[in-house]
Amino acid sequence: MNNFKQQLKEGILTNNPIFVQLIGLCSTLAVSTTLANGIGMGIAVTLVLMCSNLVISLLRKIIPDQIRIAVFIVVIAGFVTIVDLAMQAWLPELSEALGIFIPLIVVNCLILARAEAFASKNGPVASLIDGLTQGIGFTIAISIISAVREIIGSGSLLGVPVFTESYTPVIMIILPAGGFLTLGILMAIFQYFMNRNKKEEN
Amino acid sequence: MSQLTYYFSLSLSAILIENFIFVKFLGCCPFFGVSKNVETATGMGIAVTFVMTVASAVCSIVNDYMLGETYAYMQTVVFILIIASLVQFIEMFLKKSMPALYESLGIYLPLITTNCAVLGVANLNVSSGLDFIGSVIYGFAAGLGFTLAIVLFASIRERLEYADYPKCFTGFPIALVAASLLSIAFMGFQGLSIF
Repeated sequence: MNNFKQQLKEGILTNNPIFVQLIGLCSTLAVSTTLANGIGMGIAVTLVLMCSNLVISLLRKIIPDQIRIAVFIVVIAGFVTIVDLAMQAWLPELSEALGIFIPLIVVNCLILARAEAFASKNGPVASLIDGLTQGIGFTIAISIISAVREIIGSGSLLGVPVFTESYTPVIMIILPAGGFLTLGILMAIFQYFMNRNKKEEN
Repeated sequence: MSQLTYYFSLSLSAILIENFIFVKFLGCCPFFGVSKNVETATGMGIAVTFVMTVASAVCSIVNDYMLGETYAYMQTVVFILIIASLVQFIEMFLKKSMPALYESLGIYLPLITTNCAVLGVANLNVSSGLDFIGSVIYGFAAGLGFTLAIVLFASIRERLEYADYPKCFTGFPIALVAASLLSIAFMGFQGLSIF
């Protein structure tokens, strides 16, 4: 249980996939225009990450070292196809909004990085938990970014208006340029607090 | 509209109006990862353009003649396998026949497999229903757009070293802000669209 807490803390704070490891940026920037999209993407990535971590960890002794990357990619691509088809069937609107970025989870560096760095070296249970905690970290980060962008850029949250009508949305924030800007500023704030914590510990 | 005009506007839109990095957000990882100096950025750009062109061609053929509508659900798996083996093949080919180019590309070549711009362009070709020639032109133009963006960004980033910004912006945050400004500049091309 202690171990789980430790991994959870790593996934969310000290080793957050987006804010610290800086991986999986493409999908983060592209789909974070509304909170609903952000959460949907986060859950899809978490599911794929958990399944692929589990399978790769189970197969880790069989996979030859030279072709491991190719094997990882095939395993990941299989699960991504499952998630993609499931979303098209049950959540057609979300699938439409996320579009090409669902199949692109295959090349999301986060998943391959966890397979290479964690699942290929640890047991199935630990790998499953690693997938879950890293996925939660990713989901939290992408939700924060998309919440900020939706509030400023469209003046609403989950489609519900949060300001009075006199508020004019800053459309630039939901355009691509705003994606880079929001992530940059949020990352700077994150670094500021992490550095301050470090100083206090010393 | 004549065929030539169509291909021209297709490539113009891939390079400027719908630039893969600044508008579509494809290929951001190498864009931030290897843009620390202009030389490596150029090498990466050329390698990506090459792989994207060949991958578009092969994926287009495979999709038209082998997958079709019936096996459309296999697209992701098949495309990523094609790209991975293509990159491996190109690496071996360059090593034997063009060692100079191989040396200059170095580590960037194998990394292209996980560049989402490559899988992205293969997927976009299919979803927008482009034929074989259209796919090749679109892949090549998208690669050029990627090269343009990464070279521009690398030259800006070299100057960032001497800039004076708040300490918490060190590293990635300031690079993201710079990318945002560059992206605003690319929004200006929006008016260029021909059709």
